[in-house]
Amino acid sequence: MSVTALSILAYLPAEGESHFPPKPEDFWLPMFQVGGVWVTRPMVICAIITAALAIWLVVMSKRAAVVPSRGQHYTELIYDFARNSIARDMIGSKHFRPYLPLIFALFVFILFNNLAGIIPFLQLPTMSRIGFPIGLVLIVYVVYHFVGIKHMGVGGYFKHMVPPGLPGWVVPVVFLLELMTYFITRPLTLALRLFGNMFAGHMVLVVFIVGGWTLFTSDSIGLKFVALPAWLMAFVMTLFEGLVQFLQAFVFTLLTASYIAGALEDSH
Amino acid sequence: MTGSISLVGYGLSAIGPAIAVGLIFAAYINGVARQPEARGMLQPIAILGFALAEALAIFGLVLFFIKS
Repeated sequence: MSVTALSILAYLPAEGESHFPPKPEDFWLPMFQVGGVWVTRPMVICAIITAALAIWLVVMSKRAAVVPSRGQHYTELIYDFARNSIARDMIGSKHFRPYLPLIFALFVFILFNNLAGIIPFLQLPTMSRIGFPIGLVLIVYVVYHFVGIKHMGVGGYFKHMVPPGLPGWVVPVVFLLELMTYFITRPLTLALRLFGNMFAGHMVLVVFIVGGWTLFTSDSIGLKFVALPAWLMAFVMTLFEGLVQFLQAFVFTLLTASYIAGALEDSH
Repeated sequence: MTGSISLVGYGLSAIGPAIAVGLIFAAYINGVARQPEARGMLQPIAILGFALAEALAIFGLVLFFIKS
């Protein structure tokens, strides 16, 4: 079965049951089973996006020329953004190079997986399933702790969490707070922010699109007309979602870079 | 009418971060208006502050799942 047909089906209420109002359970979209494991729509969308990204980037870097084609120009625009605005500005021009592949890969991967939420026929941001952000955050979590411990040693890493010059009795309190920030709050907020934004954004779109459809198929003629403003609102919210999706990809990468920068900070 | 009161709680809890995000961007716009060349320096700081303030609202969203 094609993804196209399924994506349209996902928006239209099935026979007898309505998807309105949308519930978190509506995000469970199994497509087919492979050896007892369900393959869901977010997984298929993620695979499509990843394949497209890989092909695009490999082709563009193979064809790289001194006088860039239009495609190369746009590729370089995105690369420059990730390199200069995120990696170099946050980590500093001295240390940012080893982390550039990670930052750029994270940025394009999240950006295009998010944009799948407004690309016609895909229309589901992969990151609206909590598993995907958790996977990404696990990578970031390991990386920034590893970088910090490699750079400062285990003792030095824990020591650098407390800023110098504090009175003695505050140090244990601050240390506990910082420990919580480093090991619990940071990964938790990083994963939840991306998931929450994509989930809520998709929910809003479903409310206006499916809600409009529910109004349109109702019996009253007055309600049929109300469907038009609902769909107009869906159009506006789609544009707004595009902005949010870009912003969240940017924020995720920016925070990753800032955590790495924090771990690289020279001892005080 | 049936539903969960935790949704109302989420709406209330979103007020704080909303004001915070407003204040952060107001300060950012002010800063850029006074000194346009500082834009590049202020932007990551503003986005970082926005992300941290927004985290509180995102925590509230978790309530939505806890109740069910």
